[in-house]
Amino acid sequence: MRYLPQTKNSRAAMLQAIGAKSVDELYRDIPKSAFIDGLADIPLHMGELEVERRLGAYANENHAAPDGPFFLGAGCYYHHIPATVDHIIQRSEFLTAYTPYQPEIAQGTLNAIFEFQTFIALLTGQEIANASLYDGATATAEAALMAMRLTKRNRIVIGNALHFDYRGVLQSYAGNLEGASVVDGGPDADTACVILQYPDFYGAAFALDAWRKKCDAAGALLVVVVNEIVALGLLPAPDCADIVCGEARSIGLPMSFGGPHLGFFATKEKFVRQMPGRLCGMTKDAQGRRSFVLTLSTREQHIRREKATSNICTNQGLCALAFTVHIALLGENGFRRLAVLNHEAACRLADAVTKIKSVKLLTQNFFNEFAVELPCGNSANIVEMLAQRGIIAGYALDGGQLLLAATEMTTDGDIAALYSALKEVLA
Amino acid sequence: MTAERKIVEISEAMEEIPGGNRGLLYEENLLWEKERSDEPGVDLPEPEGIKLRTGQPARGDIGLPQVSEPQVMRHFVRLSTWNYSIDHGFFPLGSCTMKHNPRLNEKIARFPGFAHVHPLQPESTAQGALRVMFELQEILGELTGLPGVCLAPAAGAHGELAGIMTIRRAHDAKGQSHRNIMLVPDSAHGTNPATAAMCGYELKVIPTKETGRMTVAAFKEALGDGKNVAGMMVTNPNTCGLFESDILEISKLLHEAGGYFYGDGANFNALVGKARPGALGVDVMHINLHKTFSTPHGGGGPGSGPICVTKDLAPYLPVPVVEKRGETFRLAYEDERKETMGRLKGFTGQFGMHVRALSYILSHGADGLKQVAEDAVLSANYILSQLKGDYHAPFGGPCMHECLLTDKFQKDSGVTTIDIAKTLCENGIHPMTVYFPLVVAGAMLIEPTETESKDSIDRFITVMKKIAADVKAGDTDKFHNFPENTPRQRLDEVTAAREPKLRWRA
Repeated sequence: MRYLPQTKNSRAAMLQAIGAKSVDELYRDIPKSAFIDGLADIPLHMGELEVERRLGAYANENHAAPDGPFFLGAGCYYHHIPATVDHIIQRSEFLTAYTPYQPEIAQGTLNAIFEFQTFIALLTGQEIANASLYDGATATAEAALMAMRLTKRNRIVIGNALHFDYRGVLQSYAGNLEGASVVDGGPDADTACVILQYPDFYGAAFALDAWRKKCDAAGALLVVVVNEIVALGLLPAPDCADIVCGEARSIGLPMSFGGPHLGFFATKEKFVRQMPGRLCGMTKDAQGRRSFVLTLSTREQHIRREKATSNICTNQGLCALAFTVHIALLGENGFRRLAVLNHEAACRLADAVTKIKSVKLLTQNFFNEFAVELPCGNSANIVEMLAQRGIIAGYALDGGQLLLAATEMTTDGDIAALYSALKEVLA
Repeated sequence: MTAERKIVEISEAMEEIPGGNRGLLYEENLLWEKERSDEPGVDLPEPEGIKLRTGQPARGDIGLPQVSEPQVMRHFVRLSTWNYSIDHGFFPLGSCTMKHNPRLNEKIARFPGFAHVHPLQPESTAQGALRVMFELQEILGELTGLPGVCLAPAAGAHGELAGIMTIRRAHDAKGQSHRNIMLVPDSAHGTNPATAAMCGYELKVIPTKETGRMTVAAFKEALGDGKNVAGMMVTNPNTCGLFESDILEISKLLHEAGGYFYGDGANFNALVGKARPGALGVDVMHINLHKTFSTPHGGGGPGSGPICVTKDLAPYLPVPVVEKRGETFRLAYEDERKETMGRLKGFTGQFGMHVRALSYILSHGADGLKQVAEDAVLSANYILSQLKGDYHAPFGGPCMHECLLTDKFQKDSGVTTIDIAKTLCENGIHPMTVYFPLVVAGAMLIEPTETESKDSIDRFITVMKKIAADVKAGDTDKFHNFPENTPRQRLDEVTAAREPKLRWRA
């Protein structure tokens, strides 16, 4: 088998050195009843070509975004990834390294994390950021738990339209804690934090200051959730928030049917000891050279065990690296331009679909996604019909509403194709 | 000026040049410290300049650097050369299973039909992706003997959370909500107690210090009358590298008391294809796809931590779960799985890791996986047999896929586990897991995995024996300065924590 370097000879030599007659002798502590009789009931080994053929056939059963016009977002947006990104993250030194517990031989990973933390802090207008979390939904739940620890209050308020998965994960995490509740509305004296999705689930952009005032009056923290991080190149920075977290997958990573994605988490310096997740800090080595190391680990499970701020072990290391490479390539001008291009594509899309007289725009102020009302009771049917024509037409909301997204990937041809197909199926 | 003098001056100047180098080892400054280029490293079309419809003022300066593509490439390639990785050499981190990461898996995960598929596109257009998930669910169910599988959890610790919440949901459904105690042996990973606490459980520790294993007596003592015990979290083989030989009796007692047995799958590599945890009384178990099934660790993620449960617990699994109806695959959510504990992760989980793991499993097959477990266990026992005279082996053998040593024979000389670890760095070998498990002082937990050749293992043994011999001979001063020939020497971690600098500032 190609992944196993041991030979008959080396196995025999090792057994002899151990003084065992067979490998099964080494398994003698395991009850006989637990052994698989013969082999497990799964296929026998396959060559590289066979595996590639089999899984290649599965891949071909899927409609991939490049196969046709694509307007689906709803928390996961289709963006271009420069070739450099994938080259860097496939380098052995990054791909096959462990969490940087031995900093003398892991400065590459640590330096990149430090840059990632700086990028996230700058984009969110916050003072500090961690080394990443699993995804936007879990980052939001971690933010709520942190707010509860900081305020010693139990109520989490969802202030606007929050992504359904984020809401679901929040409810699951909060459900573990006695007295914790997740409610919609505004803050009161029992509120730990208000969670605002920015832009909201329907793509609406809005100003945060009124919410900041409400939170201050109630003594609650303000958590801003961003699930399209490209928006932070055009919308005002959510710097008034206490925690800004969400999803950064749009920069550097493919959609990959839902994961791995990239959760981020930024906050104020004064809250650092209640922060979840890994943190990388700057220091010096024995020769006085600038170096980086994982730090403040007294917050973490491997030191604090049951008193840790979270049970999380690692971050999304390689995903954070992909983000860091892509945003380094974009730089200040590129990132801001990318955001404007996304917005302009969405404006063109909105103009095109609302040319169909019966289609109404529901989100007036938006970044790269908006909801429309279709003249039919069931937008899911419309999405399915358009999928049969090779167009992934967006996310079907309840009733006749549809959520449409555009990015730098969206061409005028794509928009024209959606316009005619939509007009036809609605007729 | 003499030629000699000139060379001295040049080399002194070199040391002061940021980005200067020693041989092929390049220093590298941060992105913000580079000369700002006029254009971004990505060419994008000129925007039309239309009036914004965001209803908000456009954002001002963010403070990002700006560098060209060649500079970015060189920056990250240089950083990469400061890392050690499995592709460099031996990486015997105990309980981390640093095995070879086949590039076939990377290639397949990048097929456009996997990489560019949206989790919410119509299921009729994503049958191949759902087929991957369904096949992986079935295979993990078969290998663990636990047929209910959910792939959603994002990592091992997240799988633990999913598993403990599944147990909690089951107790709630059965009117057993008063059960508030989770039993955890003292050799457990830190994530176990942290997870139990996150789920609101009170922790009760089972001591294992004497033999490295749970005894029936110690378990009974911790269990008490068991009325308030919700479950027990056990890694088996445990983090001392030993199989919990009384596990059948212990799990029987736990089940009789109404508790569930959570199996931490961190050490599944010892058993995969060879024995089934489900037959050992395990009710719930998470699988680390990034350990047993070779998905890359990536410098700390992404992982993937599917959970496998008994038929009895399956209704309480998180959602979504992939189901097959006729020839069609679909994601089942709360509306159909009414007993579920809910959602734990956005969308479907770390799908890219599901693809890689399936590619790995199909490559090995049932026959190859069994060999994986056997070779892993054989290699660890070989190391134990060769080093147990030089280092203290607290619990003897046989071990499973990792072996535990300590610095007991060395520490009186002033050379301790940390020095041994750093000396391995100096010798081009990644250290083993150090100071874990906590049940012995100065722990060194060594997991070779099945993807090391005997030559590679022998080199490690030779280096370890040389260290022990030097310590014995009193040649100890050098150890406190190692590593010297690595990109960095020992770091000032105290200042890093006392005055945290967590981001670049001008």
